[in-house]
Amino acid sequence: MPKVGQKTKYESALADGKTRFSHVERWEELFDPEVAQAEYLKRKKSQIAIIKKMDKNLLREMLYQMVLGRIFEEKCAEVYRLGKIGGFCHLYIGQEAVAVGAIMAIDRKKDYVITAYREHVQAMVAGIKPETVMAELYGKATGCVKGKGGSMHLFSKEHNFFGGHGIVGGQIGLGTGMAFAQKYQGTGGVTLCFFGEAAVNQGIFHESLNMAQLWKLPIVYICENNQYGMGTAQKRAMSIANIARKADAYGMYGEFVDGMDVMAVYQATSKAIERARKESLPSLLEVRCYRYMGHSMSDPGKYRTVEEIKKYQQRDPILLFKDSLKEAKVFGDEDLAEIEQQARKKVEEAIEFAEKSPLPDERELLTDVLA
Amino acid sequence: MAEMTMRDALNQALREELARDERVFIMGEEVAQYEGAYKVTRGLWREFGDKRVIDTPISELGFAAIGVGAAMAGLRPVIEFMTWNFSILAADQIINHAAKMLYMSGGQFKVPIVFRGPNGSAYQVSSQHSQALEALYANFPGLKVVMPSTPADAKGLLKSAIRDDNPVIFLEQERLYGIKGEVPDTEDFTIPLGVADVKRQGKDCTIVARSLTVPLALQAAERIEKEYGVSCEVVDPRTIKPLDIETIINSVKKTNRLVIVEESHQFCGVAAEIATQVVEKAFDYLDAPIKRISSAEAPMPYARNLEAAALPDVPKIIEAVKEVCYL
Repeated sequence: MPKVGQKTKYESALADGKTRFSHVERWEELFDPEVAQAEYLKRKKSQIAIIKKMDKNLLREMLYQMVLGRIFEEKCAEVYRLGKIGGFCHLYIGQEAVAVGAIMAIDRKKDYVITAYREHVQAMVAGIKPETVMAELYGKATGCVKGKGGSMHLFSKEHNFFGGHGIVGGQIGLGTGMAFAQKYQGTGGVTLCFFGEAAVNQGIFHESLNMAQLWKLPIVYICENNQYGMGTAQKRAMSIANIARKADAYGMYGEFVDGMDVMAVYQATSKAIERARKESLPSLLEVRCYRYMGHSMSDPGKYRTVEEIKKYQQRDPILLFKDSLKEAKVFGDEDLAEIEQQARKKVEEAIEFAEKSPLPDERELLTDVLA
Repeated sequence: MAEMTMRDALNQALREELARDERVFIMGEEVAQYEGAYKVTRGLWREFGDKRVIDTPISELGFAAIGVGAAMAGLRPVIEFMTWNFSILAADQIINHAAKMLYMSGGQFKVPIVFRGPNGSAYQVSSQHSQALEALYANFPGLKVVMPSTPADAKGLLKSAIRDDNPVIFLEQERLYGIKGEVPDTEDFTIPLGVADVKRQGKDCTIVARSLTVPLALQAAERIEKEYGVSCEVVDPRTIKPLDIETIINSVKKTNRLVIVEESHQFCGVAAEIATQVVEKAFDYLDAPIKRISSAEAPMPYARNLEAAALPDVPKIIEAVKEVCYL
């Protein structure tokens, strides 16, 4: 394993302007946030140049959604402890750059999104109102699925958001089917299919990727590698931990992405979407991130140290993005404070809406079983 | 009316629905170029091409999932399992995903999909290829379960299943693919799901049978009538879920005796469900305990004699009828 600073294939690839490095040897080293940060700093200058050229409203929305997601999830933890939210509740804190970077890259009119059960933020970025997401977590009639799904099963047909799925990996097959339908119907749409790294060990991942490449389906598989499947570290569960490289087994395009860098996620997803839309080709993105909270609210987190969490928090995706936006002189401190204020207000409104909403009518128990 | 095999009746239903609705497609192992392991999809790939009739790799979970996802996105897939035994690999998609999608999405995402293929025993194909799985799938809210016993029912029910907005488990039977029967040639012939059919009128004893056991029950009824003068009514629910219990109850109210014949295992089975509902709703009409004939409580053996012993047959049905009639 080469040491930090030593010339690697990856660096050469970067020098050539290539960002793909599923085949390079340093992938394992990049689990280390310090190494990842060093890589980030190398590309930061060119990234700032890109930010300067981007639509300010889009940048604002990206930051707003990340901050909103963070505050929303913090509030979830708070009200969960008060017993307002029941069942399982998987929080997204630390991973915001993935949902925001990826979903901001889609065409909302025709592209589809599907994901797993850690999906509150994905749902909101896709367009579901925070009020109806919170009401769903409260199990209220005004929830986005009328109180029938809860935290793990948020859906919105209106927003092309195909859910919130609770069986690890199940949605990989569903997403593949959605992309199959998009191609069949000739809609020109693309499916974004999110899953965690632990889902890669399920058979459905391999069956789906094989057929997606075989049939050239317009799908972007986004593996959110937060490094833990519940309490099991990736290296204790996966013989070959280089997930991007698993695409090679199917002749599919694979890419490693820094999931703490929202711009990197946005750019990689945009390219993958273009590949899907123009060439009808699937891609596998391994987006490496880190969840600060436990697997769910009932996880005491004894499988890792506080030091480890703190180390990753130094590369907090919101901090990194704010810093870039300031450096690019897109936003100043006042703008950032205003965005945060707006997000706080929205979360308060969501809580108020959820609190005031009625429970579902008991007659709802037996509706929607059959169409 | 035209006489044809159940295989051809199913084939006609598929062809008509493919022609009728662009959203319908068929996917499964060997369904296209090989024309189906049991030739139910014969000629369809030639007629409708690669887009509509699709061969898959051997990935039951994967292609079942693709079907469910495509159905959520507006298509109407017909997914063939080469046999229902292989559906167990895909059970996660059928049970955890297809069956629950409408409910957990608060009514937003329908899953109009048909899973079909042969269910139950064949000819000495042993333990892993002989299971009848209707009780398993009928247990889950959100699924419809259909089991035709005649070519006409097969055609009419399959067309309705494809047009249904819910996931439908469509259970055929390999031993019935070759049986012949009259199929109405009226244009766009369909049979609604959830409606039982009285296959033989009678007054002394009701036999409820489905799929493979319907022809057995009819043969047994003929012999009982001749040999013992007992008149049996044979009721075929055709759809296991939703179950047309009214037709069964009305028959029991008339005959006061009930025998249920099934190819699946007995414990927690469909016969147990029917018997329970009859006891709950028509206890006072029963003149004898209900009798069930099911497959043996063992995996299916290979040897010809053991396989025959494991399955319901005409003599077993006759014995059961004699028992409930106190003969």
